[in-house]
Amino acid sequence: MFNFKHEWIETNIGLLLVLLMLAISVGGLVEIAPLFFIKDTVEKVDGVRPYTPLELRGRDIYQREGCYLCHSQMIRPFRDEALRYGHYSLAAESQYDHPFQWGSKRTGPDLARVGKKYSNEWHVAHLVSPRSMVPESVMPNFPWLEKNELNISDISERMEALRKVGVPYSLTQSEYQANVKQFGAKTAEMLSIPDARKNLIAQAESGNYDGDRSKITEMDALVAYLQVLGTMVDFSKYDDDAFVKYR
Amino acid sequence: MAVTALSSTEQYNFDIVKKFSIMTMVWGVIAMAAGVYIASELAWPLLNFDIPYITFGRLRPVHTTSAIFGFGGSALFATSYYIVQRTCQARLSSDGMASFTFWGWQAIIVLADISYMLGHTQSREYAEMEWPIDILIEIVWVTYLALFVSTIMRRKQPHIYVANWFFLSFILATALLHTFNNLAVPVSLFSMKSYSLFSGVQDAMTEWWYGHNAVGFFLTAAFLGMMYYFVPKQAGRPIYSYRLSIVHFWALSFLYMWVGAHHLHWTALPDWTSTLAATFSIMLLLPSWGGMINGIMTLSGAWDKLRTDPIMRFLIVALSFYGMATFEGPLLALKDVNALSHYTDWTVGHVHSGTLGWVAMITFGSMYHMIPKLWDTKIWSQKMVGVHFWFASIGVLLYITAMWISGILQGLMWRAFDQYGNLQYSFVESVAAMHPFYAMRAIGGMFFLTGMVMMFVNVAMTIRQAKREATELEAKISAKMAKSSLAGA
Repeated sequence: MFNFKHEWIETNIGLLLVLLMLAISVGGLVEIAPLFFIKDTVEKVDGVRPYTPLELRGRDIYQREGCYLCHSQMIRPFRDEALRYGHYSLAAESQYDHPFQWGSKRTGPDLARVGKKYSNEWHVAHLVSPRSMVPESVMPNFPWLEKNELNISDISERMEALRKVGVPYSLTQSEYQANVKQFGAKTAEMLSIPDARKNLIAQAESGNYDGDRSKITEMDALVAYLQVLGTMVDFSKYDDDAFVKYR
Repeated sequence: MAVTALSSTEQYNFDIVKKFSIMTMVWGVIAMAAGVYIASELAWPLLNFDIPYITFGRLRPVHTTSAIFGFGGSALFATSYYIVQRTCQARLSSDGMASFTFWGWQAIIVLADISYMLGHTQSREYAEMEWPIDILIEIVWVTYLALFVSTIMRRKQPHIYVANWFFLSFILATALLHTFNNLAVPVSLFSMKSYSLFSGVQDAMTEWWYGHNAVGFFLTAAFLGMMYYFVPKQAGRPIYSYRLSIVHFWALSFLYMWVGAHHLHWTALPDWTSTLAATFSIMLLLPSWGGMINGIMTLSGAWDKLRTDPIMRFLIVALSFYGMATFEGPLLALKDVNALSHYTDWTVGHVHSGTLGWVAMITFGSMYHMIPKLWDTKIWSQKMVGVHFWFASIGVLLYITAMWISGILQGLMWRAFDQYGNLQYSFVESVAAMHPFYAMRAIGGMFFLTGMVMMFVNVAMTIRQAKREATELEAKISAKMAKSSLAGA
């Protein structure tokens, strides 16, 4: 009869290492790997596009300042969250987020659908001095965002890095054409890496997010990013339970 | 006396253990001071002082990295090097490699902390280090693995002691987690900025697979290794159950890797994944309590030590907090509880009952046991150890009580409806309601930090005392030698 003794393992370092490696590998393999292959993991939905160069720089600043530590970007399917924040978040809405910004803590409110809820002026005033807008807030002031000029020198490198991890920013004509097909001509132009610098400056100047036309600041980028959050999908086009089958 | 001291330094590499022990004290003070500061920023936002480098968002990873990897990491290097040498009766296989892990690891924490303050972060919780630091971690970690395994291979007896199983599990798992969670493409070779390989839902899953197992292996399995050596040593009794240690070791190593997705309940992560994680989280209660029971029951027959021995008190209270936190964990992993607790301070409180109550307390106990042995002396002030225990205990209790109240209050306020079916509270009303508890948490942290500073002083004085004793002994010996040679003449 097979008579197992743990002694075999604890006297043999090689066997111990191999069995341990097996034991700790299974969980991750079973839970992570299928997420890349099961098609229903990310919903089919119109409107979600990669960030424009200016929004992307805004997102970089959002990460830099550690906003994700106090603000989630993931609305759960509960009645109170629907009333407070809007439609629950879809996986599709963060499909171009490298890395994801779902967060884990709401010291401040969720921001998944903060886009277009407040004016640019409100955001600027709030970021410079949150308590001037919301007296009970505990958010830090971020006055430097308004003063720091936005570094746009490496914008195309940033987009190229994201292209390498699968974001459809276009370098070639054929990639551009594919984007025209998928997102429409206007969006496809914004996703073109060779035009990144020009597009960024144009969006900052026409949007004038920080109310100061003399220079492009980090505030321009961050507000542009905040204003697009959660606005890409038009939920009025879908039935109330259109996304239930994906859950 | 002098002869045994000399031979033990030859037999084992205690120099590396001493270095890591000192850095455990240093990072403990830094990490806890940073923690108290950011806790105070949430209670009194004025403390951000409009200085980018010290705003909450940049300082929080400084706190977590210094605490987990600086304080916890140094403590684990110190004790694992001590334990593997003592239990294998073999010297570390390479002094050079040991030294490399020391300087490499310290450089990693310093670079990480500075880079966060300058705004470089991957924005992955507990893995915020940007790609160049991640590569350095990989190199140091592989060296650590090689050194640990090759030292075990030099052991003088056939069996590998249970503490070393846990350390191996921790070293392997950390390597696996670190590698896959930090896959990223840098913007350029000269840029600190990188973008993660995965996005959205897959990225979230990978990060919390890492995040929860940083808790499971770095902060649990490894500290259980510490427990399996120092609890029986301090109690002067063998481990309660050999069989239990086998069963809970394999169950813990296997089950932990499944539970990360409970951080993503009700999100856009598919239901099957989070249900699986919830199920495994409940199962994980058993091996967790297996470890707690094995540790606490080791004291059976020597319970009186709890009255007289402050080190034993640290160790047993640590195990009690471990038991409590690992009961609370599965509770929070239930979807219905999580619907209330997620995104609130309850999670923060839960983490700290684990990190302060379990990790820090077991470290304090182990270090108070080990440090006098390393320097071949007695602890400078035994009384101060007792006082430290009470400061630490009061600190943890204040901290987690504050977070329980604020967390549950937040959860309830967010989902409260008035009689017309509208939301009863605006978000900011919940923020205002947190103020007293944030203040209370900061005060709890101050108690804990005060205890840590006491320990720092006590250890520094112990080392000074050891050096003085050594010179006195040397003087005595040389005087005696001079006398005897004189007599001989």
